[in-house]
Amino acid sequence: MAKIQLNGKKVIIKSNFSISDLLKKYNLDNKKIAIEHNGIIIQRANYRKKYLKENDKVEIVHFIGGG
Amino acid sequence: MAKLKKDILKVAGKSLKSRLIVGTGKYKSFTETAKAIEAAGADMVTVAVRRVNILDKKKPILTDYLDPKKIIFLPNTAGCYNSKEALRTLRLAREMGGWKLVKLEVLGDKKTLYPNMIETIESTKTLVKEGFKVMVYCTDDPLLAKKLEDNGASAIMPLASPIGSGLGLQNKVNISLIIKQSKVPVIVDAGIGTASDATIAMEMGCDGVLINSAIANAKKPVLMAKAFKDAVISGRNSFLAGRMEKNFYGLPSTPFKGKI
Repeated sequence: MAKIQLNGKKVIIKSNFSISDLLKKYNLDNKKIAIEHNGIIIQRANYRKKYLKENDKVEIVHFIGGG
Repeated sequence: MAKLKKDILKVAGKSLKSRLIVGTGKYKSFTETAKAIEAAGADMVTVAVRRVNILDKKKPILTDYLDPKKIIFLPNTAGCYNSKEALRTLRLAREMGGWKLVKLEVLGDKKTLYPNMIETIESTKTLVKEGFKVMVYCTDDPLLAKKLEDNGASAIMPLASPIGSGLGLQNKVNISLIIKQSKVPVIVDAGIGTASDATIAMEMGCDGVLINSAIANAKKPVLMAKAFKDAVISGRNSFLAGRMEKNFYGLPSTPFKGKI
């Protein structure tokens, strides 16, 4: 188990959880989002390789309506 | 009319048939957003970058209604008050969409939403270096507009008046100066209130207009989107046609010869 901050909210995840696992957990389409892990943008190809650890900060963003 | 059909707006490596760019904010629903964009005939729409709502996955999202394969998405930096925030947002947008075309907007004041041009110029420099094609929201100061162009901006987008104000073109002289000096497209962004404002901007020689609030906040947004489509086409044609000269006295339209 590890506690991370996801989009500003505290979230508990299993150990050895990758970004890819996180997207599956929240049922997110990886083609429609972008991810920042501890302030660094993670390329789509690396979602499986990137594992999360205690106190990590993850931001998942997408496009919304705007002017 | 064949000649008019070839009147394409080339901006940042894209060819746009419509000179009306539409914002996707403030609509009552995504259905309305999609309908308004269709009525506007826009080829390009602005979009914003925000956190995914991870707790409510069933909520509809913009990309369920607008397909970036069919319409060009222009990611913006709405709500960013410094270069760091703007760069972070646009780098995420690039990763998300896979394209480098962006709208830069760095605000300086919460009340007027007036752009912070110092941060805007710095951000433009960095983004251009990173290979972005940057369409830049800016003040209507011709010197700063030139500075943006010199630093590689793909389009100069001066405000007509503050964002969302609907006050229309408040400084036509400055906008005209910017049009005259610029080699990249000049697109009036922000402050347009109604369709005739867009016509005036296009008649002055603007290459395009970017509209959000004037459509979204109209009582009938879809109808207003159509009004803007016609207004922009009308203004553009009027500009291309070249207006008559103004005279201080009356000149008869009918020949005197043959009068009984």
